[in-house]
Amino acid sequence: MYGWIFRHLPGPLWVRILTSVALVACALVLMVQFLFPWMSQFTTLTDSTIGSAQQP
Amino acid sequence: MAQQQTQQAAAVPDDGAGNGPGPGGYRPRSARNAGRARAGIVRTIVLVVGELLLTAGVILLLFVAWELWWTNVEADAKQSQAVQGFAKSLAGPVAPVAPANPAAPPNYGKPVVAQAPEHGGMIGIMYIPRFGPDYSRPIIEGTGSDILDTLGLGHYGTTSMPGAPGNFAVAGHRQTHGAVLDNIHLLVPGDKIYVQTKDGYYTYVFRNNQIVLPSRTDVLLPVPTQPGATPTESYLTMTSCNPRFGSEERIIAYSTLESWQPASAGPPQDIAKQVAQTRGKS
Repeated sequence: MYGWIFRHLPGPLWVRILTSVALVACALVLMVQFLFPWMSQFTTLTDSTIGSAQQP
Repeated sequence: MAQQQTQQAAAVPDDGAGNGPGPGGYRPRSARNAGRARAGIVRTIVLVVGELLLTAGVILLLFVAWELWWTNVEADAKQSQAVQGFAKSLAGPVAPVAPANPAAPPNYGKPVVAQAPEHGGMIGIMYIPRFGPDYSRPIIEGTGSDILDTLGLGHYGTTSMPGAPGNFAVAGHRQTHGAVLDNIHLLVPGDKIYVQTKDGYYTYVFRNNQIVLPSRTDVLLPVPTQPGATPTESYLTMTSCNPRFGSEERIIAYSTLESWQPASAGPPQDIAKQVAQTRGKS
């Protein structure tokens, strides 16, 4: 899959390497900004309040 | 896949004259090619699924790193910003003021009890020397994740304010998002906990901790765990996750108010250096 993507990127080898690095960086930013905050609701590490006293 | 294509391409010249419909051998060869093509598809599917699984594994590892490390970096920055912003808005000396009569300890009267701010408003700064000489965290009104996940200690809106008879209860994360109460289990009875508000400094003394189930709301009562009792003392109750990397229980740390001094008297000697530092920073 990744090999296929890499082969289909345009330009010479060094351009393709740079493009792939940029793509990976984009994916990281998206994960940190949106995916991980959303995923963190499924972990229970962050429950530090007592019972029903949790305020909105 | 490219390998596949070259293999197949290489296979064409071997076919030689048998490229078109010819006598004998044609159908078996076609069946062989079809078999190869099917094997190629299976191989591709396995490859893609394998790569997706590897990707999922890497993403999960990244998530763990983000949760346990990066959220702390982000929250620490926001919290020290909040602390400094609040400190700059305060009046009063940043060095302890010597009492007029050194023989008699000054009596500042009953502690001032401030009005609770709106949800998200800042109540003050908490200093806990046991957690390190630089430990200062903002105390914010409210215990929603919008507050605990960025700004540190959240005040339970149903409980009293510092200095009032009753229970001043705050929650904080044990891990992630600044891990403000990570070392709560290291408190030793007698440890001082300082709360600085715009009115002055409240000195609490740690008494004991308790590990309870998350449903035990009675730890937030005016006299913790004693329903119906009328408070004569001021308590500080801190709640956090227990165990350190789990949330099956809650660890509660109880402290009682020992003394109070107005902002005009300057900070207690113990935290004077830190208060001055916080105020001095731009």
